[in-house]
Amino acid sequence: MNGLDMEVDVLVIGGGTAGPMAAVKAKEKNPALRVMLLEKANVKRSGAISMGMDGLNNAVIPGHATPEQYVKEITVANDGIVNQKTVLAYAQQSFSMIEELDRWGVKFEKDETGDYAVKKVHHMGTYVLPMPEGHHMKKVLYRQLKKWRVDITNRYMATRLLLDRNGAIAGAMVLDSRTGEFSVIRSKAVILCTGAAGRLGLPASGYLFGTYENPTNAGDGYSMAYHAGAELSGIECFQINPLIKDYNGPSCAYVTGPFGGYTANAKGERFIECDYWSGQMMLEFYRELEGGNGPVFLKMNHLAEETISTIEHILHTNERPSRGRFHEGRGSNYRDAMVEMHISEIGLCSGHSASGVWVNERAETTVPGLYAAGDLACVPHNYMLGAFVYGRLAGESAAEYCAVRALAAVESDQVERERARVLGPLAHRDGLPPSQVEYKLRRMVNDYLQPPKVTRKMEIGLQRFAEVAEDLTRMSATNPHELMRAMEVHAILDCAEMAARASLYRTESRWGLYHYRADHPEKNDKDWFVHVQVKKGDGGDMSCFKRPIDPYVVPLDEEEKAAYDHLRITKQAAVA
Amino acid sequence: MPLTMNRVSVPVTVDAEKCIAGKGCTVCVESCPLDLLAIDKEKGTAYMRFDECWYCLPCEKDCPTGAIHVDIPYLLR
Repeated sequence: MNGLDMEVDVLVIGGGTAGPMAAVKAKEKNPALRVMLLEKANVKRSGAISMGMDGLNNAVIPGHATPEQYVKEITVANDGIVNQKTVLAYAQQSFSMIEELDRWGVKFEKDETGDYAVKKVHHMGTYVLPMPEGHHMKKVLYRQLKKWRVDITNRYMATRLLLDRNGAIAGAMVLDSRTGEFSVIRSKAVILCTGAAGRLGLPASGYLFGTYENPTNAGDGYSMAYHAGAELSGIECFQINPLIKDYNGPSCAYVTGPFGGYTANAKGERFIECDYWSGQMMLEFYRELEGGNGPVFLKMNHLAEETISTIEHILHTNERPSRGRFHEGRGSNYRDAMVEMHISEIGLCSGHSASGVWVNERAETTVPGLYAAGDLACVPHNYMLGAFVYGRLAGESAAEYCAVRALAAVESDQVERERARVLGPLAHRDGLPPSQVEYKLRRMVNDYLQPPKVTRKMEIGLQRFAEVAEDLTRMSATNPHELMRAMEVHAILDCAEMAARASLYRTESRWGLYHYRADHPEKNDKDWFVHVQVKKGDGGDMSCFKRPIDPYVVPLDEEEKAAYDHLRITKQAAVA
Repeated sequence: MPLTMNRVSVPVTVDAEKCIAGKGCTVCVESCPLDLLAIDKEKGTAYMRFDECWYCLPCEKDCPTGAIHVDIPYLLR
């Protein structure tokens, strides 16, 4: 790659799940387009599904669920704060995406008649489709990338987006993580598919890379979108997941639930009615974890041998296959005892909660020419299939935009400023190691932002983050790999500040544990039935503001609205 | 500023007998999502250069000779 000479039509940043789909769909829409897929790792093994996925969490399949039912379920699970049009766009395209993936060679579980074998895990509807052979996902995507001749560029990290004079996308600035070379890619459109901000909180183990999310997902996209002037939404709706303690991977209730496994307290009793991951469920999980009946376990030791073997086959070959090795090391076995669980570090992720870059039902952000899909795009509870559907929407929208858009001129002052920021740590031979700055920052995130959220603590957190901001200029990198890590620390700090400011702004509690404010414990629909947006203000400071919720396209009655308010099992029900 | 080096136990082990990096193989280096592995040119084998492992297993699964073993990192074991 040679600096300013590189020009494409569509630049897709992030080659995990949504990214490959976006690139393929842009090419399908117009094969003449020059489409580049830029990836920090290698697209063959990158992102949240580097080792595949064990199932679809949100399949909307005719005969099992309707798009309208699904929109209701997610509206309630996300405590009413949704742009329903975006959820409906997903739901309406969910089945056609499953059919397309099926044609591409993805193996879904089917029953003896050849129908999809959908399972019930959610509170209201039926949406879980297992993929026991789902370890081949990346291979299936890679074949499509080759077929459509997408230009794949591995081991590059995008650091900032390039804007034209009017604030529209002009390309991106990137770092070669193996040579340390800085370059500019001009493009008409950019599609951000960089995944969750998974290195925000520090896991309880204290190990920087023992995160729930693939730790390559450091929040680069959140930071890039923010600095490009895009609106982000629901940032205060943190991602917090129930996980296998210490291993810090999913247990996973979606897989074990349909087989009869469940979340239990120390007495082996169920305490939640529904294992589907929601903030409301996480609050009950947290209370049980911290209470006298804690900690919390995944219970499978009451199941038959063949059932446990099936569960092991799925859990130990897909998504996080080293789970089996972890249990073996501890001498624990699903047959003999319950598996101890814990809660994850906090993160930002719309795939599981709602924190992301604001998009409409065409995957357009608020910046012209900038699209977003996957875990970082704010479509609540979107998961892997949502990443594919929004990847498709983003690819198609970007291809249409390219037809009426020319490459913008490059503003050289933006490039020079960024070059100085990115290459700075290589010039300091004697500075702070990025790993130490990251550890301190993420430990502060735990201390001051982890729910229950407390106003004064979050204010102190912001003071500490401002001090870390000064440390960023004192970091040194001894090689290009460490330079990439240094740039990731910049992104993590941006995410930490957004998480604090959005959380302080919303002076109520909502989404169960995700935004549980100890000093504002009640939900307040009168003032806070709105989206909270984060955006870079004109003066360069971070600003928060309310965005009204568009009228629902799928209305809910009062009983439906309360469905996720009573997830704790009452005493009598527990005895029965 | 004064700096020091810390010793750490790393989770990725490479069997030098089986590793064919000396013949030009770089499969594990390319498959690691976190770019942690490198080739020791003198010894002709792969090794773990950075202690940032997600214990995700592509290196082990993709290795054509079965030379790699990934343990759970000590802090999590």
